[in-house]
Amino acid sequence: MTTKLFGEPIVRREDARLIVGRGRYLDDIGHFALGVAFVRSPHANARIIDIDVSGAVDIDGVHAIYTYEDLDGPMAQPLPVLIPHPDLTAPRTGYALANGSVSHVGEPIVMVVADDRYLAEDAAERIAVEYEFRTPVVGVEAAERAEHAVHEDIPDNVAARLVQEFGNVGAALRDAPHTVSFTQTIERSASMPLEGKGVHARWDAVDESLRVYSSTQTSTSVRAAIAIKLDLSVDRVEVIAPDVGGGFGVKIVHPWPEELLVPWAAIRLGREVKWAEDRREHFISSAHERGQLQRITAGYDDEGRLLALDAHILHDHGAYTPYGIVVPIITSTQLLGPYRLANYRCQVDSMYTNTVIVTPYRGAGRPQGCFAMERTMDRIADELGLDRAKVREINLIRADEFPWDHHLMFQDGRPLIYDSGDYPSMLTKLRELVGWEDFEARRAAAAARGRWLGIGMALYVEGTGVGPYEGGHVQVLPSGKVLVSTGLTSQGQGHETAFAQVVAQELGVPIEDIEVHTGDTRRFAYAVGTFASRAAVMSGNAVALAAQAVRAKALRIAAEVLEVDVADLDIVDGVVGVRGDPGAVLPLASIAVLSNPLRYAFDEASKAATQFARFASDEQPPVADDDEPGLEGRDYYSPVRSTFASGAHAVIVEVDPGTCAVTIEKYAVVHDCGRLINPRIVEGQIHGGVAQGVGGALYEVMAYDDMGQLQNASFMDFLMPYVSEVPQRIDIGHQETPSPLNPLGIKGAGEAGVIPGSAAIAAALEDALGIRITQMPLGPSQLFDLIRAAGDGHADHTFNHARRSQEESA
Amino acid sequence: MSLIEEQFTVSLSVNGTTRPVTVPARRLLSDAIRHDLELTGTHVGCEHGVCGACTVLLDGAPVRSCLMFAVQAEGHAITTVEGLADANGRLHPVQEAFRDCHGLQCGFCTPGFLTTIAAALEEYEPGADVSDEEAREIVGGNLCRCTGYQNIVKAVGRAQEIRTERAGRADGDAATSAGR
Ligand code: FES
Ligand code: FES
Repeated sequence: MTTKLFGEPIVRREDARLIVGRGRYLDDIGHFALGVAFVRSPHANARIIDIDVSGAVDIDGVHAIYTYEDLDGPMAQPLPVLIPHPDLTAPRTGYALANGSVSHVGEPIVMVVADDRYLAEDAAERIAVEYEFRTPVVGVEAAERAEHAVHEDIPDNVAARLVQEFGNVGAALRDAPHTVSFTQTIERSASMPLEGKGVHARWDAVDESLRVYSSTQTSTSVRAAIAIKLDLSVDRVEVIAPDVGGGFGVKIVHPWPEELLVPWAAIRLGREVKWAEDRREHFISSAHERGQLQRITAGYDDEGRLLALDAHILHDHGAYTPYGIVVPIITSTQLLGPYRLANYRCQVDSMYTNTVIVTPYRGAGRPQGCFAMERTMDRIADELGLDRAKVREINLIRADEFPWDHHLMFQDGRPLIYDSGDYPSMLTKLRELVGWEDFEARRAAAAARGRWLGIGMALYVEGTGVGPYEGGHVQVLPSGKVLVSTGLTSQGQGHETAFAQVVAQELGVPIEDIEVHTGDTRRFAYAVGTFASRAAVMSGNAVALAAQAVRAKALRIAAEVLEVDVADLDIVDGVVGVRGDPGAVLPLASIAVLSNPLRYAFDEASKAATQFARFASDEQPPVADDDEPGLEGRDYYSPVRSTFASGAHAVIVEVDPGTCAVTIEKYAVVHDCGRLINPRIVEGQIHGGVAQGVGGALYEVMAYDDMGQLQNASFMDFLMPYVSEVPQRIDIGHQETPSPLNPLGIKGAGEAGVIPGSAAIAAALEDALGIRITQMPLGPSQLFDLIRAAGDGHADHTFNHARRSQEESA
Repeated sequence: MSLIEEQFTVSLSVNGTTRPVTVPARRLLSDAIRHDLELTGTHVGCEHGVCGACTVLLDGAPVRSCLMFAVQAEGHAITTVEGLADANGRLHPVQEAFRDCHGLQCGFCTPGFLTTIAAALEEYEPGADVSDEEAREIVGGNLCRCTGYQNIVKAVGRAQEIRTERAGRADGDAATSAGR
């Protein structure tokens, strides 16, 4: 019997090569390729007066030096606005190489191609650029003041004003028994994969074709972009995402200047060319996210029911808008979380600043939306002296109210309708898991030790599996090997395992026979990409459908050969058998041979398919009108709209009054991503997400000074969590509410772990200290300042006091 | 104009094989291993000594190959992730443990963790207990952006268990052959 594989925590198949050093990442390819270095802008806002390359051109081993002047045709045009939107009224993108001005530190100005990277960097250092310096705009408040402009023709620094609205917020706030208003900020962070970006290109002059390897989250779309920008027919371009050392969003942006320039140079020079980003380049010329300032007003009743919410958000999108306003859209829609709300208005002003671009980083605007809503819930509870869990509970959408239509448009241009979930039961599980009810005893015990303990929670809903589509191809080879391909890419999510589990189950073959390929346009040319927790939902369902097609064909052929009815057949362990007749069997490998009528035989097995040996009837053509040779199937999954996963995190923090160091005492997660393909992989995704959430809540900032210089552009100064910073244990509870929208009933899981981190930790710190927390992240020194500013009375601060007295009277 | 620097030919002994490389003085050991010797299992995540992805063993002790020049490595025995498995291709306990415990996702940081942990476990006799706290200490200087370290810590303990199991089996084998 084929063992059940869907839902099993099997070990990952990709690990076999990765643990022995046989992965193949971008910089592992092309040892003899020419190396590339860029002259990047040292200024945040400047006009380029002159570029003097005379000190570098004649260096032996330097093959080319390119500036904007060298770019031709579409390459000389601005980079594309990937996701246009009617509200994005003033989009702006850079050029592959700066065209007369620069808008952030790190923007590429000159490309140097040399024998190797060392020499390319030496040459780049000898290139002199003269600038006319302009005052940079740093931070959304400076952008809003608009005393200076990032782009001269956009004087207000506003790229987009996005308004999401239903009900009548103005009237509802006027009529509400209570209102609360507050302002809070959330800092920038970044995806920061351990492997930076990188591109390798090789031009085949005989074949007139281009092969590009890119450390990307979307090889098909990079291919389309390269074809258009380099004026090549798309069939002449192949793009492959090799093993990718993490993405988390930054590698979904494309085409990066380097993704165009490297192949462009490879064609011009007729040489293999490679660029592998170094860490500083990644900090100053890739992408960041998160930075927002939120002004919130909420109206509520005596029981804590949220009646109206008005949010005005300033979103810092950096110098350009290549990825449109996807992050603002997600923040303003996912802000709603698991709650019912009748009156809502969210305005996001997407602002230009002279800093690195902002594009999705795991969570993609959701952590900020969650921060807004969950902190609102905490405020309401505090103002009313109610338990924070109770206030949430009374506002939750109930399990029998799905589908729940928010009457807004989501990031996929489709209505924001929650498909399924059970939020009340999730909250109940969370309270149990973290020990919400018993916390006061714990707090008292810690206080006796001289430590401040606090608890906080945050809930979220995450739209996952956004369209438009993904496809899958499944082919059984005459050897019995089953090839599975899907176009989207992998960056560590275990796709080779998860998709193999799906196909093994659907087709009835041993998983050992399956080989999965992702992100290779030679194998599958139609795809969207890996982002928005979509891979399992989209490609999982696509390969399932393709496997079903193969199964149907295999059974049809087997029925003919074995002269039985299809209904009597089953496939187990890669062999078709007749129910009740153990002797009548036909391996899929043999069916694969028979599926392809042959004239020529090459071995014993293939003889069975030749024209004098075939079983087929004399009256039928060897390949029927509605058939095709080969045992393979291709299908696509295209959902009507996103499926909505949900989760709830609770955290207990301990603050050392002396050092203000924060320790996470307990971290509890309840997670609902529908049916799980592989619980082990899902838990790994949660672990990683939680660590990034902790990083975002306590450590990671992009420390820009007023001049737009990133002061901490290295791993020495940008504090990414080591093991010592993450919770020692993460308690996870799964809840499985299948999605009705897709055949497998799955929802995405990739981003979930990171979304509520800042909100939950802020709430816990607030609870521990009795001091309002209105900014994240918070390190020990900021906490120290906050405590000092609050004075001695902080532990009796009104809201905290209100909550405790309520508990005492209960 | 020529910037070509003086070249040095050094013998690098990596995973038991000694090979000459000709490099300028400033060539990083990480680049020599990856690009001159084409052993690309060793990864580079920061090139400033912080992430640990480039960790190799120099005479058995973990070093960051991005902080050394290739010319400095002459006369030392280097072990990279490709050299952790034994001569028969049997995985090192820590490699097996990482697979068993889902200690890796993208796998980019993994070679640095594997070499670091392999060296640290040499300090423990098979059978000795490696506590979670000690495990966290062992991996405390390496960055991973994917796993949140939970399963990496588990893998350290599991690796020690595997060492113990193997030692037990080896003892058993020894006892059996001695009895014959
Ligand atoms: S690459 Fe050597 S420590 Fe990061
Ligand atoms: S597994 Fe990706 S960085 Fe560690």
